[in-house]
Amino acid sequence: MGNIFGFSISPSSTVNLDNVDFTLFDRLHELEPDAWKCMSCGSCGATCPAGNFSGMSLRKVLHNLQRGKEKEAVKMLQNCMLCGKCSIVCPRGINTRHLILSICKLYKED
Amino acid sequence: MKDNIVIVGGGIAGMEAARQLLRMGLNPIIVEKSDHLGGHVARWHRLFPDMTPASELVGGLIEATGQANIFLNTEISFMNRLKDSYNIMLSNGVSVIAKVVLITTGFSVFDASKKEEYGYGVYDQVMTNSDLEQWFNNGNDSRIDGTEINAVGFVHCVGSRDEKARNSQCSKVCCITAVKQAIEMKQKFPDAAVYCFYMDLRMFGKKYEDFYISAQRDYGIRFIRGRVSEVSENIDGRVIVKAEDTLAGKPVKVTLDLLVLMSGMVCNRDCSSIAGMISLQTDSDGFFKSRDNISDIICSSREGIYYAGACTGPKTVPETLAEARSAALEIFSYINRA
Repeated sequence: MGNIFGFSISPSSTVNLDNVDFTLFDRLHELEPDAWKCMSCGSCGATCPAGNFSGMSLRKVLHNLQRGKEKEAVKMLQNCMLCGKCSIVCPRGINTRHLILSICKLYKED
Repeated sequence: MKDNIVIVGGGIAGMEAARQLLRMGLNPIIVEKSDHLGGHVARWHRLFPDMTPASELVGGLIEATGQANIFLNTEISFMNRLKDSYNIMLSNGVSVIAKVVLITTGFSVFDASKKEEYGYGVYDQVMTNSDLEQWFNNGNDSRIDGTEINAVGFVHCVGSRDEKARNSQCSKVCCITAVKQAIEMKQKFPDAAVYCFYMDLRMFGKKYEDFYISAQRDYGIRFIRGRVSEVSENIDGRVIVKAEDTLAGKPVKVTLDLLVLMSGMVCNRDCSSIAGMISLQTDSDGFFKSRDNISDIICSSREGIYYAGACTGPKTVPETLAEARSAALEIFSYINRA
């Protein structure tokens, strides 16, 4: 139940981009050039029927991948039902369903 | 005898206005403080969003204004209002009686060393947008030539939208200039990671948004929403940049080989001295105050005094040229009316 007395140090939450391995994300970019087009408007997360219950948001998934947080991204993607509502609202016209399937293929292999 | 029209400033606004006035058969006199025509644009390499060489524009304007009287290395030492004209004394001793004065003094680039936390002039690998543009022009800069470039960062809004730096205005062109320069750096160093640290991206102009999408999609420029808070140097002379990734709500840190600061447009130092000579008004941002910001942007509160270009606030190149043309037309009808 945490510390009753004294201090504890929590690990730094800083994302150090020097240590992020972009190999997989670069491969995703080759497969899905649109993966980089996201401008983080949040339309996908707002319309996502799973979002209200699970916190699922494609914006966050892409953002996490770009910052090297692959585990978090893949875990979040498990809530996706592939309904495709996000592709209807995306102002940049990203084929989100296709993108999600590509992410699943690439990141689940290992 | 033809009436004299004195144009203060030989940048693109002054030259475009002179070109139009010559076409109308009038007599423009360009007074330029520096030793060259073309102002800031003459030192630029390529212009967004079509990557037009700046030299094409400036060269064309210099050719078209060959018939005008041009004084280089000359300043206005003194100007006062006569009954229906202006008496102007130039620093080279020439005195002119002018019916019309067109002010095209433009802007100054914000001095990036004032933002000490970014380390311009302190750390070797920090440069400004103008420095980078000069490197594109002459390929000669020790910050780039002697270094292996694997990671480059661009900091938006340096000295713009910054009340502490006493410039609350947006400089308008830096967002799109950063995108342009990021693409150019990616073309020169295809394997390098290129980051842009921004607060907002203001892609307001024609084809700007396409340019931004292309930077993301085709060039893989990494945009991070968050203002750089501090820059430091590591033992290898590379720079460590800290910001908050405000989309994730987490601090972010990255080591770069080169950091480019997008210095904004601030009012020209000459604004206040010229305004003082003939009691023109300046705005709270230090730029000249137009008679009306919507319908009369090129008119001053004084008869016979006109403005064009960035002397009334940050402007893009096409906006500046359009204002110069409309000022020329306004001057033409003023002279014919009087």
